[in-house]
Amino acid sequence: MSLDAAGQEIVKEMENQLNRNYFLKGIKVLFKQPLALVGFAIILIQIILAVGANWLTAYDPTAQDLSHVNLPIGSEHHWLGTDNYGRDMWSRLIYGARISLIIGFTSVSLGTIAGTILGLLAGYFRVLDGIIMRISDLMFAFPGILLALLIVAILGSSLVNVVIAISIWSVPSCARIVRGNVLTVKKQEYITAMRSLGAGHLRIIFKHILPNSLAPIIVFGAMHMATAILSTSSLSYLGLGADPATPEWGAMISNGQQYMWQAPHLVIIPGIAIALVVFAFNVVGDALRDVLDPNMNIDQL
Amino acid sequence: MFAMIIRRMVQLVFLLIGITFIVFMAMHIAPGDPASIIGGPTATKTDIIQIRERLGLDRPIIIQYLDYLNGLLHGDLGISFQTNRSVAEEIWIRLPNTVNLAVASVIVSILIGIPLGIISALKRNSWLDVFSTTVSLGGISVPHFWLGAIFILIFAVHLKWLPVGGLHAPFWTPQGFKEIILPAITLGTGSAAMTARMTRSAMLEIIRADFVRTARAKGVKERAVIWVHCLRNAMIPVVTVIGLNFGGLLGGTIITEQVFAINGVGRLMIESISARDFPMVQGGVLLIATIFVVINLLVDIVYALIDPRINYD
Repeated sequence: MSLDAAGQEIVKEMENQLNRNYFLKGIKVLFKQPLALVGFAIILIQIILAVGANWLTAYDPTAQDLSHVNLPIGSEHHWLGTDNYGRDMWSRLIYGARISLIIGFTSVSLGTIAGTILGLLAGYFRVLDGIIMRISDLMFAFPGILLALLIVAILGSSLVNVVIAISIWSVPSCARIVRGNVLTVKKQEYITAMRSLGAGHLRIIFKHILPNSLAPIIVFGAMHMATAILSTSSLSYLGLGADPATPEWGAMISNGQQYMWQAPHLVIIPGIAIALVVFAFNVVGDALRDVLDPNMNIDQL
Repeated sequence: MFAMIIRRMVQLVFLLIGITFIVFMAMHIAPGDPASIIGGPTATKTDIIQIRERLGLDRPIIIQYLDYLNGLLHGDLGISFQTNRSVAEEIWIRLPNTVNLAVASVIVSILIGIPLGIISALKRNSWLDVFSTTVSLGGISVPHFWLGAIFILIFAVHLKWLPVGGLHAPFWTPQGFKEIILPAITLGTGSAAMTARMTRSAMLEIIRADFVRTARAKGVKERAVIWVHCLRNAMIPVVTVIGLNFGGLLGGTIITEQVFAINGVGRLMIESISARDFPMVQGGVLLIATIFVVINLLVDIVYALIDPRINYD
């Protein structure tokens, strides 16, 4: 492919300038928003706990100790107490942090990659637009957790199936956002310039449209982490995700609810953990949106 | 206007056919043969073949689907694997509880969300605003099954003000009101938070509008400016969000019913998923999705009616 070198240079410079501005503005805005900083801190703590879980506790999160059941918070050897099987709550909490992070990240990545590809195709090729958007309309017809529930009902209850369900569930929202963005970017002058320089469709899509659609994709990813983590725990709470022994936060609440009378910490601790993490991804997503893409309206999806 | 309604109705029909197709196919690609589930572990091969013939499962899939659609048109959602009773009947018995819960939650979300949003917008950047925005964010972030459990712990177990769960009386009776208040607040919180955010941003936009400045300039009292000029206009997008939330709340009832042991459609579905009672799951999903898309259409039409600026053509 022989492209005019000067033309390419100009296009590159235009794109670079765009990216640099985003980055500088981003850092500034983030430090002006105290809530976003809190959110970042919470996410950072979750990552540290998730990565370091093996070293941060002496107890196996699934090891039962029936002589020390339902110990309250602040007990000797178990500072967050134990559950109804005598399993250490601190271990379960931090291994739960790992599970929620892995599941959230995997399902959001899978869903976002698929959604981005479909969105790019729908936005770029008019022929595919109708069919892709109608299918996504159809998927939007299942409110809230219903679509994920249907998928888990088909595949059977397990954490892997929860990941699949949440990935599929996030595809249409992501595709719609990317498509909208592609439609705007496609009309920009530098894309016309690339076309006139003889660049092929794939080159334009992946080298020029995709990088300029990254902002909304990143914002979507961050916000969808919150949804994914919340949905995973909801499905596990309903008994459709993690099995009860797994230290998954939703499953922990479901299990603890039966013992809530004697040991309220079994429910309170994982609940606060979910709320904090979801809150963190929400505020960071909000802040990223303010920085990267002020016009995006994700609430409507 | 009329043309738009007709077009949306036609779209709705296609959407509904699409939904039935997805739900039907979903249950057919599910692993696990329904015939062997019904037959149970003791069934012989001949039993299973007989069951399959009885249910029509040996026919081509397209015929089965058309048959299913035909049944739907006559209000027939199939027979439950578990109870051998009509799915439509089982759902019908439980539907009032689910709808009551969703309606009560919408009321909660309006009562909390709109005032919170208005105060936020009027006292922008004050501590009240920061407080209510943080509360809204919290409302979106807290898992509502957990919130429900905590409510039960505080209000039912410790204070003994309200029952632990169940929903037996209609919500306009004192007993029914007591029963539904915790589930409704639990389910309504997230939606209240979204309503508050929407109200706040809609109000902020309207307050800056030219016609509001004009109203102030010609000496309209501040209270009238807010209540007559701002609020009425700001409510248009808010009403839409509330309408759309109603559908989402129907989905949310699945979890809330589980927390409060309410005998509704959602709880029935969860039990059916565990029992692999596919016709029941199919019926439940179909019903909720159908109510959801119909409500969305109604919201769109009402939106176009109350706001003449909207033009769908």
